[in-house]
Amino acid sequence: MNEFKGQTLSWQMLNGAIELALHRDPCNEIGSLTLEELERFAAVLPGLVSEAHALLIHSTLPAGFSAGADLRELFQRGREMEKVAARRGVRDFLERIHAVMNALDAAPLTTIAAVHGVTFGGGFELALVCDIMIADRMARFCFPELRLGLIPGFGGIPRLKRDLGNSVVRDLLLTGRSFNVMKAQQIGLVSQIAAEGEALRVARATASQVGKFDRRTAAAAKAFVKPIPYEELKREIDIFCDLYSRPAVEEGLRRFVENEGPQPYLP
Amino acid sequence: MPTPTIDRTLDEVLNLAAAHFKVPREKLKPDDDFFKTLGIDSLQALDLLTRLEHHFRIELPDYELQGVSDFRTLANRIQSRL
Repeated sequence: MNEFKGQTLSWQMLNGAIELALHRDPCNEIGSLTLEELERFAAVLPGLVSEAHALLIHSTLPAGFSAGADLRELFQRGREMEKVAARRGVRDFLERIHAVMNALDAAPLTTIAAVHGVTFGGGFELALVCDIMIADRMARFCFPELRLGLIPGFGGIPRLKRDLGNSVVRDLLLTGRSFNVMKAQQIGLVSQIAAEGEALRVARATASQVGKFDRRTAAAAKAFVKPIPYEELKREIDIFCDLYSRPAVEEGLRRFVENEGPQPYLP
Repeated sequence: MPTPTIDRTLDEVLNLAAAHFKVPREKLKPDDDFFKTLGIDSLQALDLLTRLEHHFRIELPDYELQGVSDFRTLANRIQSRL
């Protein structure tokens, strides 16, 4: 399926590159519907790879790339379901999204995240699976999960550890602070900075460059330099699920969901 | 380059906020609540923070802005990073 238009995301083939566009209002919160459509994409990806040299992931929404997991859905499900069932549901969700992220991470073509605005939590984790990150000047990154009594759950910590020095990972994770694109480039996360509104254009130009090379060679180079930390990823799910079962998390989620003040995104 | 005075920093904060959020500069006062005066939410406040960081070439962790809602305190936080 070379083209798909879903409720939360769409994809199309353009100039030999697959473009996956996120478009769930207000800022691409990743809940069960987004997961279903991501799974649909992951299922067709092996068939698309033979026709494409690159995959671009971007958002069509002005607020940003993605604000991360759908915390309202997580909170609501936790309230509606019996505790054991809720925990099982969280583990099932995490295992499914990890399967998608791992498939994107290992895909034998060059993957490029074109990010702008809010790139938080699960959205940041989605960008981290990509081989190259290109960011709009106004992009802002954050792992805010500790504010809720959780850790990132979509594979963020093992992938940050893969790409960055441990002291930087500790700073970002333990302070939960957001940081701008200059910092992101300085620590080695972002490879190119684009002017406001230009990240997708720059990503397309990069995809075009990538397309000049032999695909099999590029895939072999990627597999050689980008190991996937499967054991740590599994461990992350276990730690997340252990933490999720504590009452403090429900309280943290409630505070966020019910916060009508002007600063819910500020720690 | 000498560090600008706090008055200069405050003026630049007000100028930048007025220009970006398209509010007449003369309507912004140092002790105004910028959420109310600019009519912005937390995501737009992060956008303002990013613009200020670029403008002043500083890094200002967002936890330093917790509870900050007036331009003068915001300018003081920036000044402490210059």
